[in-house]
Amino acid sequence: MGKRDYSLIGPDAKRALETGLASAEWYHTDVPRKEMKALMQRSDGPAIRDTIIWLGSMAAFAGAAVWLWPSYWSIPFFLAYGVLYGSGGDSRWHECGHGTAFRTRWMNDAVYQIASFMMMRNPVTWRWSHARHHTDTIIVGRDPEIAVMRPPDLLRLILNFFGIIDVWHAVIDLARNAAGIISAEEKTFIPEQEQPKVVRIARIWALIYAATAAAAVHTGSVLPFLIIGGPRLYGAWHHVMTGLLQHGGLADNVTDHRLNSRTVYMNPVSRFIYWNMNYHVEHHMFPMVPYHALPKLHEMIKHDLPAPNRSILDGYREMIPAFLRQLRYEDYFIKRELPPTARPYRAEFHDLAPQAVAAE
Amino acid sequence: MPQWVDACAVGDIDEEDLIRFDHEGRTFAIYRSPDDEFFATDGVCTHEHAFLSDGLVMDYIIECPKHNGRFDYRTGEAKGAPVCVNLKTYPVKVEDGRVFIDVA
Repeated sequence: MGKRDYSLIGPDAKRALETGLASAEWYHTDVPRKEMKALMQRSDGPAIRDTIIWLGSMAAFAGAAVWLWPSYWSIPFFLAYGVLYGSGGDSRWHECGHGTAFRTRWMNDAVYQIASFMMMRNPVTWRWSHARHHTDTIIVGRDPEIAVMRPPDLLRLILNFFGIIDVWHAVIDLARNAAGIISAEEKTFIPEQEQPKVVRIARIWALIYAATAAAAVHTGSVLPFLIIGGPRLYGAWHHVMTGLLQHGGLADNVTDHRLNSRTVYMNPVSRFIYWNMNYHVEHHMFPMVPYHALPKLHEMIKHDLPAPNRSILDGYREMIPAFLRQLRYEDYFIKRELPPTARPYRAEFHDLAPQAVAAE
Repeated sequence: MPQWVDACAVGDIDEEDLIRFDHEGRTFAIYRSPDDEFFATDGVCTHEHAFLSDGLVMDYIIECPKHNGRFDYRTGEAKGAPVCVNLKTYPVKVEDGRVFIDVA
């Protein structure tokens, strides 16, 4: 395969449509309907509990940080607040975007709006981009949410641990949308009737950031930006650390989530911040299952999945060498071995993608 | 002109659930509501190709398994992003323990 073109309106996008990779049939592990229905059941309890802990902790850490400001003693409190804002916000945005966190719709929507603001992701645009990510996961030219393109841009990845590239693009998108402009790429996945909502949200957010800037100027302090907006930079590291593991170094242009997604066992604090998205193969295969039921789903279908990475560190030990090899040979990917109990990867799915051969 | 088709037995569908019914190359979804009424819609989501029979029924809502798009299965009304186009609905009747839908 030649150089990949990740544009949603470029030659790879056209090829994905022509070859049937776009909107294709994906592999699913068999789960009896009754058991899947039980797993999909919604409940407000776990998400209310977690949201109280999340927002309550943020309020406490922010309060302590402001109280101690400008002492250095405020730093640990800002760091804790920041990771809940700039990384905890990512998983809340994600899960509430799916509408699976809470049973009650308005609760999902309210947390989705708050988390979208924290993550500087227009809630309309990103709802549609994430739908495409699930339809065409890591299909080049179709998936707008490919975090690590090939060959990997390692500088970009490192900068994004501090949100620098993401925030730069978010500010540009915010300004463009607030000016009433929807880009050609956005138009490929946002229906026309939804586009005015993109502009309206962008204008509201622009006002909030303008008010934050005015408060900073008025007080002669950066403190307002350390509370609003800034944590998207200094608190982003955890969601980037966990997010890169989702698909990094694995196959592209395949239609089996076992090949392009990674499940990683994690410590309970990271799982709280990440809302169990470490069970990422399971999430992609069955996006209707709420975050709190993913461990149970994992136990039910792990016989059919590649062995999970044992830790975040184990995942990085697998992923970083793959990134380095992709610098020289971008077709390289990690082909994950299936256990003997699993149904094999199906040739009729993957022959669609002639480059889908591990370069071992 | 109605065209009633015998789709399934009443007991084939759990309460607050649905099944898929294929007929002459078309796919339908047949629902049993929490208060034991039966309804029928097209069986494929209007957003992208996904069978609603793999989705979740909550009260009078069917949620698509692919992107969590939600419809009121009594009226077919799309309840918001990512679904924008309503589902087509079909008349249903129950006779002698069988569920019939009018596919005309």
